[in-house]
Amino acid sequence: MAEEPTKAGYAGGGDREGDDEQVVNPWEVTAKDGGKIDYDKLIEKFGCQRLDESLVRRVERLTGRPAHVFLRRGVFFAHRDFNEILDVYERGEKFFLYTGRGPSSEALHMGHLVPFMFTKYLQDAFKVPLVIQLTDDEKCMWKNLTVEESKRLARENAKDIIACGFDITRTFIFSDFSYVGGAFYENMVKVAKCVTFNKVVGIFGFTNEDHIGKISFPPVQAVPSFPSSFPHLFSGKDDLRCLIPCAIDQDPYFRMTRDVAPRIGYQKPALIESSFFPALQGETGKMSASDPNSAIYVTDSSKDIKNKVNRYAFSGGQDSIENHRKYGANLEVDIPVKYLGFFLEDDAELDHIKKEYGAGRMLTGEVKKRLVEVLSELVERHQKARALVTDEVVDAFMAVRPLPQMFG
Amino acid sequence: MGYTKDQLLARLKELQIDFVCYDHPAVLTVEAQAKYVGHLGGALSKNLLLKDKKHRYYVVSALANTNIDLKVLSQRLGLGKGGLRMAAEEALQEILQVPLGCVTPLALINDSARDVSLLLDQGFKSQQSCYFHPLTNEVTLSISASSLDKFLISIGRQPSYVDLEANPAVGKDNPPDLASLAPSGVPTLPDKVENAVTSIPTGNDGLTVKKPTKLAGEAKSPAALQKEKLQKVQSSIDPLAEATNIEKLVKEIMDKTSTAFLNEITKDLNDPQIAPSVSDVVKRRVSSDLEHMMMSLKNAAYTQGFQAGFQATLRSSLQSISMQK
Repeated sequence: MAEEPTKAGYAGGGDREGDDEQVVNPWEVTAKDGGKIDYDKLIEKFGCQRLDESLVRRVERLTGRPAHVFLRRGVFFAHRDFNEILDVYERGEKFFLYTGRGPSSEALHMGHLVPFMFTKYLQDAFKVPLVIQLTDDEKCMWKNLTVEESKRLARENAKDIIACGFDITRTFIFSDFSYVGGAFYENMVKVAKCVTFNKVVGIFGFTNEDHIGKISFPPVQAVPSFPSSFPHLFSGKDDLRCLIPCAIDQDPYFRMTRDVAPRIGYQKPALIESSFFPALQGETGKMSASDPNSAIYVTDSSKDIKNKVNRYAFSGGQDSIENHRKYGANLEVDIPVKYLGFFLEDDAELDHIKKEYGAGRMLTGEVKKRLVEVLSELVERHQKARALVTDEVVDAFMAVRPLPQMFG
Repeated sequence: MGYTKDQLLARLKELQIDFVCYDHPAVLTVEAQAKYVGHLGGALSKNLLLKDKKHRYYVVSALANTNIDLKVLSQRLGLGKGGLRMAAEEALQEILQVPLGCVTPLALINDSARDVSLLLDQGFKSQQSCYFHPLTNEVTLSISASSLDKFLISIGRQPSYVDLEANPAVGKDNPPDLASLAPSGVPTLPDKVENAVTSIPTGNDGLTVKKPTKLAGEAKSPAALQKEKLQKVQSSIDPLAEATNIEKLVKEIMDKTSTAFLNEITKDLNDPQIAPSVSDVVKRRVSSDLEHMMMSLKNAAYTQGFQAGFQATLRSSLQSISMQK
């Protein structure tokens, strides 16, 4: 299986060829020529695999429940070794989940919740433990925040993450500033010894002008894949496999990790990767936390949501009603339909909408109205749950404690 | 009601098992038996009927000169120290249906002995012929170990040969090595299979030991047994885990509510078919929200407990520090 990308060199920020190539790395996502991200090319370039129907069916069989919306609709569309994880699970063995967030801002939008919503489903369906890393150190370095501010943001983001419904008896949340040290740091050094300066430059596009904090950061995001980094949780379980749900722009970190793992006697982590959540104004890249109208935030009121969707959601409908009835909507670029693809659970209803809207019988206004309903319900539920997450709850999730029920 | 010697011998003939019979006056002990057949070159056996505290029975059949320490055997079977006693005389009649001094592996042909566990001295295997009583004290049966196996298999038993003199350490890191040979009752077979399987020291492969009490028709396929074991091990009886299983709780609540609702509504509706599908829709909409609310509750309750525990530990540490001063 091709682990390496097909081009010499990696899809790092260091190998831009003007606007001819799309750029996908942990710090930048831009499509070619301001168009759409080509996911097939990305899969080929990165060397991961497509998540096909048969895997989704297998997941349903093994977990005894319908697959999550994101799996059914191809939001999580690529993987590395996910089939091996399923083999492990089928044999009655266990694995653990690892995901994370770079706490760069207080405001989270729906796109940020996507990996967490999916990870919660994985936790419930497979009944496995989860570690969540908050890379406050990374944001301190890349966004030039103070240490205090990045630590504060980490805790605030943790509250939203917890509100997604993670099970405290199976979840350990940690921030790098608090947790790095001990066995975790030992693993960081082991990983660091295996990656040359040239290699990180190739993977991540670092230059001679970048400070050494950035250059030595990648091992921090790599080692939570290894159970020995968490002796209070997985002591004695050195062979425990790891599954990492993440957005596909994080792939470089874990390509590096998978390369290093066998050399230090560890299992390679498996990955299950999602496409990018499109911005409200259209599918040219990731949502940006700095533009409030590019996204629906978890702090938005129903009024805000209605306003944003109606005003800014890019429509694939025609410019006049007559044309619309004649030609139908362009579902390829229509944002409301895409958003419904993420959040409308009912497959039958979604198919109906696509059919009617695509044929021109349903108008943009109706689709947007339905989207506003769906989003408002979601956001409201999130806000209610968020209100119940106090600092004490965060402390408990982040306490270095054993989780005896984690596989129960 | 029990088999007679003649019936037993007829059965052996049917199975085309070679044997030789020696008649003699009734003997109650190995020494007495030895007087009559001890010079013939075969291996005399001593046979015990034992009982444990759970009223389960064991036939231990050994070479006459093998040392048997009941305390060691008891531990190896997972019965703790002193868990094995000689069975009462009545048991011989009731369970094995043989007279006193006539305990023999061949008595397992009787249905009354179906729950009795059999332990055979591995020393028999190296003997050309072994001497057992064929359900009567007045005859000694000479038979090879492999023929004995053939007989046992024909009555649905798996012969288990054991080094009866071995004295392995039994403790936390060394589970009792003979625990799988402790009998299990037929009616509760699935549970006992789980108990026996999880106490086998070599882990997953508990399937090689066929329970002596299993009759041919009840033998489960290895795959089914393995799956059962996994399910049992996974759903370990931890009441707290049960109580905090949110999905299960929500499902129960929704089922109860919708049943109650359905009952009331169908009384009034013209078309009672509408109600179930309506209740399904309601269930789906409410279940998801309910699950989220329950998760918030679970996390909050855990946090409160965590805090309380932390405070309690802190207090007791401070107290012990201040007392040291």
